[in-house]
Amino acid sequence: MDLESIVKEIRKKVLIMCYHAGGGHVAPSFSCVELLIALYFKILRIDKNNYNNDDRDRFILSKGHASALLYAILAEKGFIDKNILNTFCQKDSILGGHPEKHLVHGVEMSTGSLGHGLSYGAGIALAGKINKKSYRVFALLSDGECQEGSVWEAALFASHHKLDHLIAIVDHNKLQSLDKVDNILTLNPFVEKWQSFGWEVREINGHNMKEIIDVLEKIPFSKNKPSVVIAHTIKGKGVSFMENNPIWHYRIPHTKEEWEIACKELGIDKSEFREVFK
Amino acid sequence: MRNAYLDALYELAKNNKNVIALVADIGAIVYDKYREDFPDRFINCGVAESNMITVAAGLASCGKVPFTYTITPFITMRTYEQIRDDVCLHNANVKIVGVGAGLRYSTLGPTHHAIEDIAIMKTLPNMKIISPCDPIESKMATFAMAEIKGPVYFRIGTGGEPRIYDSSYKYQFGKGVVMRGGSDATIIATGGIVYDAIKASEELEKENISTRVINIHTIKPIDKEIIIKSARDTGIIVTVEEHNIEGGFGESVASVILENYNHQVKFKRLGIKDCFCSYYGSHQELKSHFGIGKKDMVREVKNLYKQKIHIGE
Repeated sequence: MDLESIVKEIRKKVLIMCYHAGGGHVAPSFSCVELLIALYFKILRIDKNNYNNDDRDRFILSKGHASALLYAILAEKGFIDKNILNTFCQKDSILGGHPEKHLVHGVEMSTGSLGHGLSYGAGIALAGKINKKSYRVFALLSDGECQEGSVWEAALFASHHKLDHLIAIVDHNKLQSLDKVDNILTLNPFVEKWQSFGWEVREINGHNMKEIIDVLEKIPFSKNKPSVVIAHTIKGKGVSFMENNPIWHYRIPHTKEEWEIACKELGIDKSEFREVFK
Repeated sequence: MRNAYLDALYELAKNNKNVIALVADIGAIVYDKYREDFPDRFINCGVAESNMITVAAGLASCGKVPFTYTITPFITMRTYEQIRDDVCLHNANVKIVGVGAGLRYSTLGPTHHAIEDIAIMKTLPNMKIISPCDPIESKMATFAMAEIKGPVYFRIGTGGEPRIYDSSYKYQFGKGVVMRGGSDATIIATGGIVYDAIKASEELEKENISTRVINIHTIKPIDKEIIIKSARDTGIIVTVEEHNIEGGFGESVASVILENYNHQVKFKRLGIKDCFCSYYGSHQELKSHFGIGKKDMVREVKNLYKQKIHIGE
């Protein structure tokens, strides 16, 4: 399957999982589908059969609420069984609303509370530096997450210790839970903030597969400096009524009409649902 | 206690290249020897404690054995969610060393006191808590802590605590220690205040009240047996801690007795009475002022002893 087809399949899968769960962070997952697929299918040096290898690359989903997306990709990569995806958030499932490392093969860090992933990644990167390993550590952050002070503690630490194998990717969809980031607590000037913290910054269109892969193949952007990719994205990408509307942060379609539109736009065959929605 | 901890840490680092010390800009001179000999394994993370804890968890995920260190409130309270999510939820092999237990930083005021840390640390799954009473125990418990795979909170004083043990002492994780025998009453204490409890017991002996003193150096998991045995043998338990009485060590002891011993026990907790300690003076002066001094222990044991004798008659 080519990457574009995988992108389509994964978006479908996420919505179907959230349908069966009766809820989920659909829109925050949809903004970073291309980013995660580029990572897992083109960039990350990890292997499900040799996952405990100390030399593997690490990926940390610091915005843990996109767990449905991560599970769908881990299933596609063979880390977990595809048949369990539709147990998402249901009784006895290992697939929770935020990913847990000890439950799900391939999850590098248990996340959920924002602002933890970059520090954890910095710790792994520091260990790699001490042990003279060549692995890279990627952490995907949301833009709202960058309001957490701990993100900037980590940013200081990584640049001070010259962790140039640590890469932050910010899913910059400009929306957070309740409103636009700029209406709540602006991050601007965002690029300059990262630069002033000693990071090398690149900006890309986070839905353009070629741009994503091109930029991630060039890391580190500058020797001895950590790299950050600010990926401009659209929250809810792929479903017209979800796009750029904060109400969809934690919400699945409610009405029959909403379901019809979402399925049509994503190309979902309704037979994939456990029962026909009302 | 602090220097004894550092002596042990130095030896651990010498023998295990995965040991790594992280500090949050505290411990300037005391780490000199360690820093000189293991420069690559000393990270001053700056005044950014939360990041330090999560960096440590990341290091631990790669097989490192991080010993994080700073003043107790900053390493336990500023960082609480990092400890819960990144250390305890991951069962990460991170050691959390808080210096300045209780009112040890007496003159620095309530921001630097640590009277809530036991309560919040003991409620974390996977966390173990060690609270040594003197320098010898601090050193030996540091070695024991390194043997434990997983999170440990280590609650130590600063410097200058009197020695109680001699060098023949064998530390056993999870096992309370009888510091003084006694048959009429028991004082159960943890941390540096064990010393005051011993002094209280000596004074009580002069008044013919034979008072056992138990040192609970491992607060979690707690040694139930030694507590139950003391309740059975003496019928009077007084707990004492340099900590808020709410949620503290005394509650842990009380739970053990209530759930495991079905006979009457006279019981009293001594601790800080749910207040901030906005009062200045020496460490000893603060302990006396807030009702956890030697005199307070003597008074409470005598009160309970009178009641016991009265019931006995």
